[in-house]
Amino acid sequence: MALSLDESSSESPITIIRPSRGWVSLDLRDLWEYRELLYFLVWRNIKVRYKQTVLGAAWAILQPVLTMVVFSVFFGRLANVPSDGFPYPIFNYTALLPWQLFARAVTDSSNSLVTNQRLITKVYFPRLVIPISAVLAGLVDFGIAFLVLLGMMFYYRIRLTVYIWTLPLFILLAMGAALAVGLWMSALNVKYRDVHHIVPFITQLWFYATPIAYSSSLVPEGFRALYGLNPLVGVVEGFRWALLGSQAWGTRTLVVVSALAVVLLLVGGLVYFRRMERTFADVV
Amino acid sequence: MNGVAIRVANLGKQYDLNGKRERYATLRDALADAVSTPFRRLRSGLSRRSDVQRADDNTIWALQNVSFEVKRGEVVGVIGPNGAGKTTLLKILSRITEPTKGYAAIRGRVGSLLEVGTGFHPELTGRENIYLNGAILGMRRAEIHRKFDEIVAFAEIRKFIDTPVKRYSSGMHMRLAFAVAAHLEPEIMLVDEVLAVGDARFQKKCLNKMQDVGQEGRTVLFVSHNMPAITRLCERTILLDQGGLSADGPSPKVVSAYLNSGFGTAAVREWPDATKAPGGEVARLRAVRVRTEDGQIADSLDIRRPVGVEMEYDVLKPGRVLLPNFHFYNEQGVEAFAANDLDPDWRGRPRPAGRYVSTAWIPGNLLTEGTLFVRSALIAVDPIIVQFSVGEAVAFRVIDSIDGGDSARGDYAGPMRGVVRPLLQWSTQFTPHGRGSVELSTEKAEA
Repeated sequence: MALSLDESSSESPITIIRPSRGWVSLDLRDLWEYRELLYFLVWRNIKVRYKQTVLGAAWAILQPVLTMVVFSVFFGRLANVPSDGFPYPIFNYTALLPWQLFARAVTDSSNSLVTNQRLITKVYFPRLVIPISAVLAGLVDFGIAFLVLLGMMFYYRIRLTVYIWTLPLFILLAMGAALAVGLWMSALNVKYRDVHHIVPFITQLWFYATPIAYSSSLVPEGFRALYGLNPLVGVVEGFRWALLGSQAWGTRTLVVVSALAVVLLLVGGLVYFRRMERTFADVV
Repeated sequence: MNGVAIRVANLGKQYDLNGKRERYATLRDALADAVSTPFRRLRSGLSRRSDVQRADDNTIWALQNVSFEVKRGEVVGVIGPNGAGKTTLLKILSRITEPTKGYAAIRGRVGSLLEVGTGFHPELTGRENIYLNGAILGMRRAEIHRKFDEIVAFAEIRKFIDTPVKRYSSGMHMRLAFAVAAHLEPEIMLVDEVLAVGDARFQKKCLNKMQDVGQEGRTVLFVSHNMPAITRLCERTILLDQGGLSADGPSPKVVSAYLNSGFGTAAVREWPDATKAPGGEVARLRAVRVRTEDGQIADSLDIRRPVGVEMEYDVLKPGRVLLPNFHFYNEQGVEAFAANDLDPDWRGRPRPAGRYVSTAWIPGNLLTEGTLFVRSALIAVDPIIVQFSVGEAVAFRVIDSIDGGDSARGDYAGPMRGVVRPLLQWSTQFTPHGRGSVELSTEKAEA
């Protein structure tokens, strides 16, 4: 039987549905077609995030600020952890900002396919929209918490550096890293609910492997290349560099290594996700 | 003009039952399997035969070798018993799941409606959910914006448009959801059993809207158990059974073939062939029907209104006292109640041969929401001999009027349990603290 459907009759698009085999293309054009849905899902995630909470969006400030206070007391005051010559609170808070963006995005995107299983089993759209929207929704919290940072910089009389324009790149890097992890985890989560238990554990370990409470200059020289493979090291040091003008050590090399790590993880995650995508509706 | 909109060829979908049963496999099992598989392969002489055999044992073909074509502008019904593959077919055509075999080609923008209200978020307002749900169903923002007022009017919820939908009654919720769906304008519409909910009046409104859809030259594939709706809306119907296509033709023909084939439950069941009808030499059952109080055959009935269940039977051998009876079972298989014929004209009176129609009227405000399956039986008394007893002869759905407030539900919109749901008289006495008693009583129920 011929595949064509009477080509002459109209210009309507033809969709061919057949079993896919082996590796599939990323089909980012399809994703672009569904950009409005992406927009609405991000908007929904933001809207419902603090619904039925007493403090509402204040949580976006409270979480990093309280964490910063606790760290400042124990690490900054009591343990006297060096902070590259900056007041410990601001040194810590500058790192907490991208960290919380990352950690929240990882958690939300990892669970995103499972929490949206009703959508997945009832409607077609590129499944990538779901973890991506979970990652993007975190930007609002980040923006709110960022205002506190500006206030703190004013208080400590730290002037913005000229490199502030590079900040979006580091934000992008943090979200790229979160999406990469989120793609792997969400796709695995569809089949293996272990992921639900693994993710909090991973983020906890990851927190200590990232120079948030301490400076990366504490890491011995010989381990630094390895250390840079943690993309969040590049992100955090990039933040400190762009906002405070810190020169911990070889920030540039670190950022390049981290960016490469993110790209590799992300490409792997995209390929794996697309490969698993066809079974999501059957398995979830 | 009359191009083909949907072409399906040898479409098949295999499900892994193992995968389904152990839905949430653990990572540990997968790792263990990954380690042991290569060894198993080695042991079986590097052949993959064992894997193939294993696959055969644990899989099921939900759909197999299905081929058909739908012309542009055609409205085609899809019917069949549960598990026949109807939903699987729609899921493949709407690209939610992939086929295992064969292919389908679709010309035009596809809108699928496997469920109304997909993606509704309880915390968001009606207005917000219209946009969200519209986007999920594939509408552009501008398109939703343009149709917004029309959608709100159709749903009849203007007053509550800025209220979170979690405060909606389930009727309002459903009306809003359907209103969005009804305003989709894809070239091809795939609709699953979505009319099964809601009060009868709104159902009718939705059916009319769907009819308009068909008349606008849109292609529609419509899965339903609602046979009257199928015959009214669709000129052509496809019957699926056990994953295969078992009939394809004009709706009245396919529908009656389906209803008389014994599978499927509907509001009507007829046995046109007297020799194959249930029963024996004394009596044979010829038809069972469910009717509304105005005599319409219906498979969805208002909880507040009486339901008539009738059996038509031939008495072939005269002279026996016969007792028609019905048994009503809910979805869980619990027998809600049984009823014996009490017609004074025929109680204890031997019956002459002929055609009889015995009808039992179940009063309104007795049954609970949900589907009821009717066993239709006839016994001869003295001695008691069962002449026929047909389980699931017919089935009908009881639908609560969720917004009226005059059913036993009152102002509560949540789930209610129980086998029956009678409307009771309520009164409340009120005594303020520290004062003489003031008698106030409220009565909710109508006579």
